[in-house]
Amino acid sequence: MRAAAAPLAAALFAAPLAVLLAAAPARAQEQEKLPHPGWSFDGPFGTFDRAAAQRGFQVYLEVCANCHSLKEAYYRNLDGIGLSEAQIKAIAASVSVPTIGDDGQPAERPALPSDHFRSPYPNEKAARAALNGALPPDLSVIVKAREGGPDYVYGVLTGYADPPAGMKMGDGMNYNKAFPGHQIAMPQPLHDDQVTYADGTKATIDQEAHDVVTFLTYIANPEMETRKRTGVKIMIFLALLTGVTYAVKRKVWSDVH
Amino acid sequence: MAGLHKSEFKNPVVNWIDTRMPVFTMMNKEYAVFPTPKNFNYFWNFGALATVTLMVMIATGIFLAMNYTPDSTMAFDSVERIMRDVNYGWLLRYAHANGASMFFIVVYIHIFRGLYYGSYKTPRELLWMIGVVILLLMMATAFMGYVLPWGQMSFWGATVITNLFSAFPLVGNAIVTWLWGGFAVGDPTLHRFFSLHYLLPFVLVGVVFFHVIALHITGSNNPLGIDVKSPQDTLPFHPYYTIKDSVGLCVFFMVWALFVFFAPNFFGDPDNYIPANPLQTPSEIVPEWYFLPYYAILRSVPNKLGGVCMMFGSILVLFVLPWLDTSPVRSAKFRPIYRGLFWVHVLACIALGFVGAHRPEGLWVVLGRVATTYYFLHFLVLLPIIGKLERPLPLPESISRPVVPRGGGPLPGGATAKPMEKP
Ligand code: HEC
Ligand code: HEM
Repeated sequence: MRAAAAPLAAALFAAPLAVLLAAAPARAQEQEKLPHPGWSFDGPFGTFDRAAAQRGFQVYLEVCANCHSLKEAYYRNLDGIGLSEAQIKAIAASVSVPTIGDDGQPAERPALPSDHFRSPYPNEKAARAALNGALPPDLSVIVKAREGGPDYVYGVLTGYADPPAGMKMGDGMNYNKAFPGHQIAMPQPLHDDQVTYADGTKATIDQEAHDVVTFLTYIANPEMETRKRTGVKIMIFLALLTGVTYAVKRKVWSDVH
Repeated sequence: MAGLHKSEFKNPVVNWIDTRMPVFTMMNKEYAVFPTPKNFNYFWNFGALATVTLMVMIATGIFLAMNYTPDSTMAFDSVERIMRDVNYGWLLRYAHANGASMFFIVVYIHIFRGLYYGSYKTPRELLWMIGVVILLLMMATAFMGYVLPWGQMSFWGATVITNLFSAFPLVGNAIVTWLWGGFAVGDPTLHRFFSLHYLLPFVLVGVVFFHVIALHITGSNNPLGIDVKSPQDTLPFHPYYTIKDSVGLCVFFMVWALFVFFAPNFFGDPDNYIPANPLQTPSEIVPEWYFLPYYAILRSVPNKLGGVCMMFGSILVLFVLPWLDTSPVRSAKFRPIYRGLFWVHVLACIALGFVGAHRPEGLWVVLGRVATTYYFLHFLVLLPIIGKLERPLPLPESISRPVVPRGGGPLPGGATAKPMEKP
């Protein structure tokens, strides 16, 4: 035993662990690597690119909203991507939401900024019936609900391709590089010039995907800018407090030997 | 006969109260003048850190509970509403969710501190055992808390863990049905878990109180592991350790804040942002990181009942640790062999953590089994034997003279086998 035994025994766990962990990324590489286009909201000081998020909202509204709900979000949340109160009111008013009329019968009314985004289908069954049995997930927190987050959603939107020769595709399924299993029920939603941007930005697939992911990341984390700003202040405050406390500690302990 | 307390406080109001209910005298005795070994290192911060974390968890939890709905059709949305509509709701929830991870980091360091410096040894056995009860209660609380947001991992984690009880022969299935309040995890399960998740932290407060009472009877251990011999060895708790704990607390809050504000979902599983769906099993069901070593032990045993017993056994063995370790010397500083084994054991626990996060395939199974075996070997075989075989280094005479006197010093065995002398 003595000196040599313990390091030896430690190696018993450390060595295989190191080998196994080194092998893990190799296995992950078999799956397609996710693209990382670089995001305005990356990092501790990142913010949402307002123009990109507004274009992304347009993509959501004109494309994704045909199938996907965004039910945790409100129209008023659009203030966070730089839309004015009047714009938000107009956007909401252009949508009608179900209500109960004065006669007690189901009716429709124009939406208000305080309403949740209207869902394209009243329930899961209606969605499945319209979409060949597939269910489009709600997109409110989609970037938080997938490993890889924004990069993954971007990867799915830009990952459509012809299936490799010999791969048998299921009925109504589409080949996608980023989706686990590579067979996704969502037909390719984005194409070049799918939308026409008012600001003149060229609507390539990559641009549209980039914009809609920026918008969806905002919708999933509407608090992000406040959170990071508060965080920076709190870290500075705590760093100062730590310094002062440590100085006081040194002083108090200076008479102890 | 009961009598009024003779209070020494000058302030008339304080004095009036203290005379009738000497809480001020008590606080002064236990937290201000309380004699504390003067040689603590920063590992002695972690008890205070854990206490503060518990208080923050209760504070944030109470405000979350004001806005949370424990109904299986509404729970997920109510958490999202907390994140979006409640003023600073995101702060409450992220502080609480990351706080659970912080709590376990702090308590695990606190426990390994105790293992390294022999804090479980006589006369602190009961103090240690109460600590193990705290760990068990924390685990139950965190497990049930994780069910509340009612995401996919909430639901399936709850299903897997409660199902473990079905391993018990005869009564197993009945126990599981009773836990669930039905024939699957569902609405009744969520309601009762919420109720218990609210209750258990307050039970924890009570048990922590007993932990501290026991501590203040035996006094603190210290990095040398030798008894306090004279007042020169100690300092009053205030201001020396109140300020030292404050330094640690500031640093700890910085770590916590780093996660809350800049990586709030670092410890979380993305699957838990998918609403619970009883009809769709996630591709992998992984518990929170702080449960991974136990999960690894569970899955390392080929037999389900055996796995459950080993898993619970891995914590229950800590209850008898004071009697398994036969060495009278506390601190690993003076135990050359134990010191090595301690680090091997730490590595085995870390290895188990990684094993728990991976599918039980190939080498992971082998590593899991070896580490599980070592975990128990360490406590049940090595500690009893090493205590007898090992020749400890000579112990210093006292805390205030931490050098080994010439000529060998007192025999290590004799020095600490004596009951502790009160200063
Ligand atoms: C024609 C309807 C339709 C449109 C339009 C559509 N989707 Fe989908 N989407 C689906 C369906 C159906 C699924 C479910 C796919 C599956 O599970 O195989 C899906 C799945 C997804 C997923 C989840 C993939 C996963 O990992 O589970 C994301 C993200 C997504 N869509 C984003 C979008 C975005 C962004 C848009 C707009 C640019 C959009 N979708 C437009 C039908 C649609
Ligand atoms: C020992 C202290 C505690 C621990 C370790 C703990 C742990 C947890 C965990 C892990 C979650 C899941 C977080 C998430 O992923 O969203 C949670 C949620 C929750 N906890 Fe606690 N908790 C503690 C104390 C309390 C107390 C005292 C209360 C109430 C008084 C409380 C109320 C809640 C509520 C309402 C939720 C659901 C909201 C949410 O998911 O964020 N907790 N807790």
